[in-house]
Amino acid sequence: MPDDAPAALSNGGGIGASVRRKEDFRFLTGQGHFTDDLNRPGQTHAYLLRSPHAHARLDAIDTTRALAAPGVVAIFTGADLAAAGVGGLPCGWLITDKHGKPMVEPPHPVLAQGKVRHVGDPVAVVIAESRDEAQDAAELIDVSYGVLPAAVEATDAIKPGAAQLFDEAPANTCYEWEIGDKSAVDAAFAKAKLVAKLDLINNRLVANPMEPRAAIGEYDTGSGDYTLYTTSQNPHVIRLLMGAFVLHLPEHKLRVVAPDVGGGFGSKIYHYAEEAIVTWASAKVKRPVKWTSDRSEAFISDAQGRDHASHAELAMDENGKFLALRVDTVANMGAYLSTFAPAIPTILYATLLAGTYTTPAIHVAVRAVFTNTVPVDAYRGAGRPEATYLLERLVDVAARVAKLDPAEIRRRNFIPTDAYPYQTPVALQYDSGDYFKTLEMALKTADRDGFEARRADAATRGKLRGMGIATYIEACGIAPSAVAGALGARAGLYETAEVRVHPTGSVTLFTGTHSHGQGHETTMAQLVASGLGVSVDQVEVVHGDTSKIPFGMGTYGSRSLAVGGSAVMKAIDKVVAKGRKIAAHLLEAAEADVEFSDGTFRVSGTDRSKSFAEIAFTAYVPHNYPIDTVEPGLDETAFYDPKNFTYPSGAHVAEIEIDRETGVVEIVKFTAADDFGRIINPMIVEGQVHGGLAQGIGQALYESAIYDKDGQLLTGSFMDYCMPRAANLPMFDVATNVTLCTHNPLGVKGCGEAGAIGAPAAIMNAVADALSPLGDIRVDMPATAAKLWHIIQSHPATHIPAQAAE
Amino acid sequence: MYEFNYQAPASLADATKAIAAAEDGKLLAGGMTLVPTLKQRLARPSDLIDLGRIAELKAIKVDGGTVTIGAMATHAEVGASAAVQQAIPGLSWLASNIGDPAVRHRGTLGGSISNNDPAADYPAALLALGATIYTTKRQLSAADFFVGMFETALELDEIVTAVSFPIPEKAAYQKFRNPASRYAVVGVFVAKTGGGARVAVTGAGPSVFRVPAFEAALDRSFAAASLDGLTIDAGELNSDIHASADYRAHLVAVFAKRAVAEIS
Amino acid sequence: MSAPVSMTVNGRKVTANVEPRTLLVQYLRDQLGLTGTHVGCDTSQCGACLVHVDGKSVKSCTMLVAQAEGAEILTIEGLSSGELHPMQAAFKEHHGLQCGFCTPGMVMSAVDLVKQNPAPTEHDIRDWLEGNICRCTGYHNIVKAVEAGAKAMGGSHAG
Repeated sequence: MPDDAPAALSNGGGIGASVRRKEDFRFLTGQGHFTDDLNRPGQTHAYLLRSPHAHARLDAIDTTRALAAPGVVAIFTGADLAAAGVGGLPCGWLITDKHGKPMVEPPHPVLAQGKVRHVGDPVAVVIAESRDEAQDAAELIDVSYGVLPAAVEATDAIKPGAAQLFDEAPANTCYEWEIGDKSAVDAAFAKAKLVAKLDLINNRLVANPMEPRAAIGEYDTGSGDYTLYTTSQNPHVIRLLMGAFVLHLPEHKLRVVAPDVGGGFGSKIYHYAEEAIVTWASAKVKRPVKWTSDRSEAFISDAQGRDHASHAELAMDENGKFLALRVDTVANMGAYLSTFAPAIPTILYATLLAGTYTTPAIHVAVRAVFTNTVPVDAYRGAGRPEATYLLERLVDVAARVAKLDPAEIRRRNFIPTDAYPYQTPVALQYDSGDYFKTLEMALKTADRDGFEARRADAATRGKLRGMGIATYIEACGIAPSAVAGALGARAGLYETAEVRVHPTGSVTLFTGTHSHGQGHETTMAQLVASGLGVSVDQVEVVHGDTSKIPFGMGTYGSRSLAVGGSAVMKAIDKVVAKGRKIAAHLLEAAEADVEFSDGTFRVSGTDRSKSFAEIAFTAYVPHNYPIDTVEPGLDETAFYDPKNFTYPSGAHVAEIEIDRETGVVEIVKFTAADDFGRIINPMIVEGQVHGGLAQGIGQALYESAIYDKDGQLLTGSFMDYCMPRAANLPMFDVATNVTLCTHNPLGVKGCGEAGAIGAPAAIMNAVADALSPLGDIRVDMPATAAKLWHIIQSHPATHIPAQAAE
Repeated sequence: MYEFNYQAPASLADATKAIAAAEDGKLLAGGMTLVPTLKQRLARPSDLIDLGRIAELKAIKVDGGTVTIGAMATHAEVGASAAVQQAIPGLSWLASNIGDPAVRHRGTLGGSISNNDPAADYPAALLALGATIYTTKRQLSAADFFVGMFETALELDEIVTAVSFPIPEKAAYQKFRNPASRYAVVGVFVAKTGGGARVAVTGAGPSVFRVPAFEAALDRSFAAASLDGLTIDAGELNSDIHASADYRAHLVAVFAKRAVAEIS
Repeated sequence: MSAPVSMTVNGRKVTANVEPRTLLVQYLRDQLGLTGTHVGCDTSQCGACLVHVDGKSVKSCTMLVAQAEGAEILTIEGLSSGELHPMQAAFKEHHGLQCGFCTPGMVMSAVDLVKQNPAPTEHDIRDWLEGNICRCTGYHNIVKAVEAGAKAMGGSHAG
């Protein structure tokens, strides 16, 4: 262990080891319990009738024929929910606009009322004995739609004459928000020798976790208790939002269980209509109600990601030193505000635009816009990929303007390694990092020195070869509650842990975070094993059930280890402190003389000791016990509120080849050098990076949610939305550098989103580099073969040999 | 899915009776297109007549200068057949590269051509090789069989039983896959036969078609360079979010050359 | 409307009355309780539902249970008993799974690959996995796991 390891880690066991995952056996043998694997006695099945139109008046709904169909138990519409006092889906983050006014926050009914605003907006729910019967009946519901023109692209929706979604949102604008010192930026631009400019689109994505969403509502008519089983990254948040705002149920009568969750990437953070519908309806029909999304339904009902249109300018002096950054972004919110949507293009985007650089003045203006599309919210990275993509593509443009090597211009502007804590001009204060080191690691592994020779060789094979660099900074470990509250969060963002030591010394850890693939059952167990000197096998991690865990804010924003793990460490400290009192009693020593390491309480400087298991046993069998001063039992709970965000950083380098005949991009090599602070399980961390890279590469080359002008989603299944396959991706070269987080007990920063943040810009800078012999050409994501072929076609190929020979 | 009656006759004769008797029957071969279509409720047949129990439809044999493949032979079986591989390697490769392995274990030649999806692979091989399609009623040339998008000359109660492919001097298939669906955006089957070069294209148009200009050039000299500068008219080609008609027209030339280069 | 079907699932003979529109995957999950076989898409692309039918990998979401009459079905639950199958063990050792949802189909697909190609290269593996989508791993560790699983399956194990 490094010298600066926290005391609780000094026994070493577990932390830093690639412990194979405890959860794998059940997944590998088909014994996992995903929500759709559960069936409740007497359950019924729900099918949601959804709008086929992007924008329409709901003139009438006639359910007469459907109610008579075989197997139908009940049918409910928006009017039924309104009559029952069911509330709308709440938004969890309030943005205050640049005039000091709150954002426009229109109602989001659980089932549409008055109007439908996107294809897939739920109109009615049919509950039947089987899913097929529910769907059969849904086809018999007569809905009279008064079809209206649709507003689809955010940049069009703000134009005069565009269709209006809500009366209360003129020009479809949710808010206009800004951050930074505009006058300082204007002054810097006035004296700048060089300016780089860029317009770009950050393409809309569909998260597509492989497990579609599902929910089962169950009502106990005897006790009046409700249970919701749901595919959620944060069951307590769902309980809070649905209980308090939608169904008006107190926490003690509502249990939310998220069993094994098959991926989420953000899309399973939010409180969705279907959760409220099945929970509410289960009391109405007095039977459990189950709903499972199919993939086509997921495309029109799961919150989507990204969708920004931006203009950016970077002012430089004659040496390529950044003087000021100016950014103007239009962000598409979709038809309604999803749970955290307003925070994504503001708090999690604009504040990241300093990146890894010392740019002294930054101003960012953001306009959030309603459109007749599926709501947009956080997707892996959530604002930070958008910031990194914009900034790192702009820096490459700047390198061309300043006639500097892309690596060199970055070095010239990196925050010096001795400048921490570093206050950016956009609110954040970075605690630690070393961007020079990760960049050098990545360039060396990527063999940048040999690149030009490889480019020349590729040219002889009819290929355009390019290399692209992206560095990034993230703000993870969301977040100090007071800061989040000041920024508009309507919840705290601490985390909880309960370490329950059993009489024989085994341990159950209850954590408020919730794995949806990240391996918490192993990583969190490693923390407990290290802290208490027990083996990983003696630790069971429990999560995902509000009836078992004290509280929790769940898993997103790479917060589980930085915030949840810190809560675990706090609870461990409490266990050890209590154990020390018990040990002091048994060893007849002063408490101050008892030390704890490697699972043993020992009187300093003596061989008198008690094992952790002995202390645990004594705590539960307190025959010889300091009963007057110490309670029996060994079960400690901690709440940890982070002191700052954490700031993972890194450098990614992509090397690609474009086939000039077809436009197909091949990723020849991809290198990632990341700084996540202390690493608990290197195997899991590498896996997280790989997965993030695949999603980032997917965004750059393959994926895009495309709507037509009427608001129909053209990429509404895997037939048209291109999910990266094994053959699309290379083996990845990943490495880590460690600078510790300075403000949490583990020194950890978080690793879940990094790949998705760095990869898009690295790939697209490589594409732009490959195309550079043809000129300075705008290419937006995804850089599909068809798009690149058209670009290559429209630029004279005669330029290529001369340029390639340079 | 909507409800339907399911029948699995054991003989071709029973299948013929069943389909003729059904009010709005559909034949079920491998089901790789039909089952997803039913799941999406895009079709509502009264009856499904499953051909999977009819042993006589599965044979693969090579003799007298032809390869004959039963309609219910799966793509995997065709791809794994040593006799097919030896006789027409290009056909073997085509079968081995339809969809993915699990699809190839179920999908069949008869199902593929009867559906005539414009992006299906097999129609290119049938047309380029001048194959003969045998049905319960007659035999047809590939040129007569493929009529248009999802449309064939088959009558409602007519069942494809086998396809015979004359063995060419050489043949190759090259395709450009749709990045999402992995169907052919463009697939080009090139054959050098006793009667001259034949080039058939799938994916690009509403239905499979030949390219006479390419064939004439290859008849002069069977080499990729013979196709230099030749293009096809994009006017009649498909255009969608994945590939414009221009791009498809270009890809036809590129993949025709690649196919020729593979065998010359 | 319901009709009887019978087949062998994981070595056990089973018979049931099913509606003709029942998919094999629905039968396995809803009637036999074999929920290790998952449904991840509705266009036959993701492979989460992949099982072996008469020894070959098949997407059970694209097959009517009636079509499986008389067949031998092997699902992830039947791949091993007690000890992990070498391919399962390789996925654990090489961290070839994260959320675990695509995993059963991925493992069943890999086992079929190795039956047909005992020593697959990286290219062979990526090519074969065309019909299995994973959203978590970026495939890197899946490829490593299948390579290792293939080595471990070499020799006596027939899969």
